Amino acid sequence: MATETLTIGKALNVGLRRALENDPKVVIMGEDVGKLGGVFRITDGLQKDFGDQRVIDTPLAESGIIGTAVGLAIRGYRPVCEIQFDGFVYPAYDQIVSQVAKMHYRSRGKLRIPMVIRIPFGGGIGAVEHHSESPEAYFSHTAGLKVVSCANPQDAYVMIQQAIASDDPVVFLEPKRRYWEKGPVDVDAPLADAYPLHAARVARPGTDATLLAYGPMVRTCLDAATAAAEDGRELEVIDLRTLSPLDLGVVYESVRRTGRAVVVHEAPSNVGLGAEIAARITEECFYSLEAPVLRVTGFDTPYPAARVEEEYLPDLDRVLDAVDRTFGW
Amino acid sequence: MAKGDPGSTTRSRRAAPRSRKGAVGDPELVQLLTPDGERVDSVTGPDGTVYRVDFTDEEYRGLYRDLVLVRKLDAEATALQRQGELGIWASLLGQEAAQVGSGRALRPQDMAFPTYREHGVLYCRGIDPIMPLGLFRGVDQGGWDPNEFKFNMYTIVIGAQTLHATGYAMGVAMDGRTGTDDGEAVIAYFGDGASSQGDVNEAFVWAGVFNAPLVFFCQNNQYAISEPLERQTRIPLYQRAAGFGFPGVRVDGNDVLASYAVTRHALDNARHGQGPSLIEAYTYRMGAHTTSDDPTRYRIASEVEAWQAKDPIARMKAFLEKQKIADADFFAEVDEQAKRESVHLRERVLAMPDPEPTSLFDHVYPNGSPLLDQQREQFSRYLESFEGSAH
Repeated sequence: MATETLTIGKALNVGLRRALENDPKVVIMGEDVGKLGGVFRITDGLQKDFGDQRVIDTPLAESGIIGTAVGLAIRGYRPVCEIQFDGFVYPAYDQIVSQVAKMHYRSRGKLRIPMVIRIPFGGGIGAVEHHSESPEAYFSHTAGLKVVSCANPQDAYVMIQQAIASDDPVVFLEPKRRYWEKGPVDVDAPLADAYPLHAARVARPGTDATLLAYGPMVRTCLDAATAAAEDGRELEVIDLRTLSPLDLGVVYESVRRTGRAVVVHEAPSNVGLGAEIAARITEECFYSLEAPVLRVTGFDTPYPAARVEEEYLPDLDRVLDAVDRTFGW
Repeated sequence: MAKGDPGSTTRSRRAAPRSRKGAVGDPELVQLLTPDGERVDSVTGPDGTVYRVDFTDEEYRGLYRDLVLVRKLDAEATALQRQGELGIWASLLGQEAAQVGSGRALRPQDMAFPTYREHGVLYCRGIDPIMPLGLFRGVDQGGWDPNEFKFNMYTIVIGAQTLHATGYAMGVAMDGRTGTDDGEAVIAYFGDGASSQGDVNEAFVWAGVFNAPLVFFCQNNQYAISEPLERQTRIPLYQRAAGFGFPGVRVDGNDVLASYAVTRHALDNARHGQGPSLIEAYTYRMGAHTTSDDPTRYRIASEVEAWQAKDPIARMKAFLEKQKIADADFFAEVDEQAKRESVHLRERVLAMPDPEPTSLFDHVYPNGSPLLDQQREQFSRYLESFEGSAH
């Protein structure tokens, strides 16, 4: 077993390399993914080793990236599309929602679109506007798409390969501000034995309240749990990992034990993932709840200017404040 | 069925291009059969390509049969909609020659990406003509197997399929399936309205940049619902190709022979690795946009009458009669076949069962979803709760 210490970004890079090696039908396409290796270097070195027919620099048109990937998928390829930044996915929105998501359904299973749409998402990097958004609710709301997000290097390495191997179209949300976080990655573990793609997982066990997060907010919640432990309060942190479909069995089990749940995401609260999760917890765990399910989220504003994004983004203190409120009920 | 001779690939500038007046500019129209049914031996396109066909008498009769059958089945579908058996119907009336000509120009290995009006191409691909009626009746949203018939599902979002066709064509090239006589080519259908869509223009960019083996086949039927061509463009549509770096040609879309010749030539260029091209099939939507539309609100009768004189079937019939390629018995037999098939179509449409209610949960995902499993199970129990009640 070869365990290496990799950043999330590098783990994705190695995972993509593995996918290209294992399946000649896998092609990577996007803006600047070739020589440059992507603006975040996630595809670094791949075009050099696999050629420009498999790692394709595309014209600058997102609808074109996704629309041509649909055709490639019908032809039998497995396109992995990179959308350079979250805020640039909207020109491709029609192709994703009206075409990618519906092909299998409309054809009664005759056409499969085994496509992965990689999107670096979320804020916290001091970027100019349109570079820090969290569009997961749009895609989770769309039947026919699956939506996942990784939160650590091991998951990044495994989940990107699982998403590519899946016959479903998968929107793969990468926590861009965590790209540089390091952790151990077992690069030899067989994919078949890996933890399932569409399954949530306890990231830190606890007994007093349950924190629910995905992508970049998992780290925030883990830090909050560490801080809470110093105050004698044990918070369980669940990394949801899959946003569509949600996998809430482990969540219900946790909330029935703790009686308290706080959902944390960067996206605005209004009609967001937190609303759906709170509703389902209420349906399934009503008699176990000691307090309403609370949400700690970005505000219902456009993503703000970088100098105030730390105020916009949920952080350790806002998470712990919400936990405190669940105990004050 | 008509196989014919591909448009000659020889290039010559000896014959001067024909000029005809059109709605925009002064279009050069490739035409091999005049509205009066006179054959033109060959015609030179704007880039010097000489177009001609050399069909056997049987092939000429085959094309005529296709045109008549396609129009009759389409008329039956319109009637079925008027009688409440279809929710809506998008008639191809007037566009039969563009569709049969291009559809018959496809070789078996070629892949087509239609809009929602390509019933004539669908027919040429050998798909049961009842399939689109299922779509418009509301019992299905797809129907045929796109890979089996090399004809993708209908696409209703305007222009979206041109990108799918481009990606598919890129895949053909990546598979090494171009550069030979038996190579593959792809055709993308769209209309004059779609030419304004971003997706279509992105497809032009992509196809040019990647030299995709693709023919863009634009049926310019002069109207996008109510909006005339002038609301989409200020130059003839085929001239747009030049800006994207590939050839464009305008063909008489009411001329099945020219539509065939131009499409076959463009497809063969594509399969030989010479990249994309744009065909503007200049035609006219004789009917409404769909059965929900009322074209009398936005166009005048004299315009429709002028196009009536260019009818694709009448000119083919006149040609067959003049050249004594077909006689009255043949025309009667074709009409009889068309009638028979349309009656059969009607019977089968009326017998189409509605889908089972819980089938709406099928095929959302290839690998299923726990959420849908739960909703299906809950909905089934809900339905079962009515069993035995009067409701």
